Amino acid sequence: MFKKILIANRGEIAVRVIRACHEMGIAAVAVYSDVDRAALHVRKADEAYPIGAPAASESYLNIQKILDVAARSGADAVHPGYGFLSENAKFARACADAGVKFIGPTAAAMDAMGSKTRARQAMERAGVPFVPGTSRGLESFEQAEQVAARIGYPVMLKAAAGGGGKGMRLVHVPEELKSALEGARSEAERSFGDSEVYIEKAIMNPRHIEMQVLADEHGNTVYLGERECSLQRRHQKVVEEAPSPIVDPDMRRRMGEVAVRVAKAAGYTNAGTVEFLVDQQKNFYFLEMNTRLQVEHPVTELITGLDLVHLQIRIAAGERLPFTQDEVMIRGHAIECRIYAEDPDNNYFPSPGKITLLLLPSGPGIRRDSGMYEGWTVPMDYDPLLAKLIGYGTDRDQAISRLTRALNEYFVGGIKTNISLFRRILSDPDFRAAKLDTGFLDRLLKQKPAEAPADPKAIEVAVIAAGIFAALGPAAAGAGEQPVGNHSANTKPNPASNWKIAAHREATR
Amino acid sequence: MTYDITIDGKEYRLDLNRGEGNWSCRLDGREVEVDAVLARPDVLSLRIGNQAYEVKCERVAGEMHLWVGSARFAAEVRDPRSLRGRARAVDDHGPRKLTAPMPGKIVRVLVSQGAEVEAGTGVLVVEAMKMQNEIKSPKKGTIQKILVSEGAAVNAGDVLAIVE
Repeated sequence: MFKKILIANRGEIAVRVIRACHEMGIAAVAVYSDVDRAALHVRKADEAYPIGAPAASESYLNIQKILDVAARSGADAVHPGYGFLSENAKFARACADAGVKFIGPTAAAMDAMGSKTRARQAMERAGVPFVPGTSRGLESFEQAEQVAARIGYPVMLKAAAGGGGKGMRLVHVPEELKSALEGARSEAERSFGDSEVYIEKAIMNPRHIEMQVLADEHGNTVYLGERECSLQRRHQKVVEEAPSPIVDPDMRRRMGEVAVRVAKAAGYTNAGTVEFLVDQQKNFYFLEMNTRLQVEHPVTELITGLDLVHLQIRIAAGERLPFTQDEVMIRGHAIECRIYAEDPDNNYFPSPGKITLLLLPSGPGIRRDSGMYEGWTVPMDYDPLLAKLIGYGTDRDQAISRLTRALNEYFVGGIKTNISLFRRILSDPDFRAAKLDTGFLDRLLKQKPAEAPADPKAIEVAVIAAGIFAALGPAAAGAGEQPVGNHSANTKPNPASNWKIAAHREATR
Repeated sequence: MTYDITIDGKEYRLDLNRGEGNWSCRLDGREVEVDAVLARPDVLSLRIGNQAYEVKCERVAGEMHLWVGSARFAAEVRDPRSLRGRARAVDDHGPRKLTAPMPGKIVRVLVSQGAEVEAGTGVLVVEAMKMQNEIKSPKKGTIQKILVSEGAAVNAGDVLAIVE
């Protein structure tokens, strides 16, 4: 087993991995950029090394600096977390060259999954179901017409080099095909310098369901059940749950077996996730494989009772999977909310700043993976994910009610967070009925939140509390600014001002 | 102590006297039975009659926000006897400050000093966490001063410009 692991990440995931290290008796080495000296992961680590400027390219994405720390600290393995260098084959290769074990798949497996077309061809050979269409670029309009007629409308035109919705066209009827093809081609050419466009059947209102896999370095691969990740905004997941409300044991087995086939075809080792699109008839299609630990891994941990980070470390250390597929049991239901530093009143614009007050939820069925603490200033340089709040229950309804209760206990003061959004989602009738698809959140956000007139009793309480806080003065103020009120509005209290206050009191007595 | 407290555009007068542990309290002249315990800084446990409330106080960029359950109220607290309290009432006609709503970087200054602006005209763009936010003029008037330049780092509450 490893003696010391370097965690090449920050935020809640760095804290998550440090905890696993300590549970396993392994020393944890943190790295931090100039704005992260006070971050929680630095506080929790056994050793911590500065790696430079806030810009990720100067610090958390800088392979050389991270490997230098590995050498200086004597770490024998590196855990990349998610994001940053976690899916960077060059980094995995550099670790291997430096004699440090990369906790994740091999560089070759990452390469196989990194390129869209190569992944598609490898998966085709493995007999993995895809969204029907062409896996190579369209040669002519006539070919597009024929394929579209064969797979049926609506169809989607996609740029082979694409991403971010560029070079994509949804076509509902044959009459629109020609102009859509021309549009997609010219947009692809302009955006990527490559006009290659392929055609796929359009899956309307799909669900996004993914399968967790785990593979050791001795040829054993298992699946650990699915996660429903249909609630997304700007292609970013917001709420995830496991199991999926629409997946029954038979579908789980079929999806799981496909996921294992995908992993084996890529020579995959360690933890990975196979993403699927699922249509309204519950047909599932391979989308891509994520070659890392996912943000939402805790929901799988709660329903399987397994610790994925422990298992990642054991697998990387050369151990065999300690259980077989038949021993994987799914029990209960778990839902995760991603708490972001975002302002719901300002189109979910990021809201960094100082956390002046933090009240934490706890109690039955609640897990909180967090990278924040009261008094910490959330830097503006990184992803605004602050924490993950996960509710677990015997069934979906209990998980929802526990999570709703915990969200009401959770208070983050000083910055804006999206906590109120989860209250809306969890109380939404469609969510309660598990009618989920990738368009759910956009539809919800288009409706104005029900503007309930402020409760007069609550206003009265607020008025009284405001007065009492003002009367108590600075003694009642927490980590935020000096209390607002008459004597200190917009001004920092001056140590010599007691005389002034006394004089003022005299004058206004 | 007497305070004029404005919430949601409505003004309330609160008379407070600290007794033995309890507060005697009159809200707009009406006697209210209040028992208050400061549970920790910025958190009050209130009993009004026998109803129990936990009220959280957030102080950001010179503003006070009270949270009662999941409802947030912006409160302005003034001492009616103070000069500043009286001066505040006419604040709206004078110069208004544009402040940074969050720490970030000024990526663009959209108008120049002396420019005429309408209420809602974009004045500056602040970037934080790779997203840009336009800071708009709160009123019709003239840009009296721009206090920051492009590229400057700012903190929440920093004054960026003044519109007169």
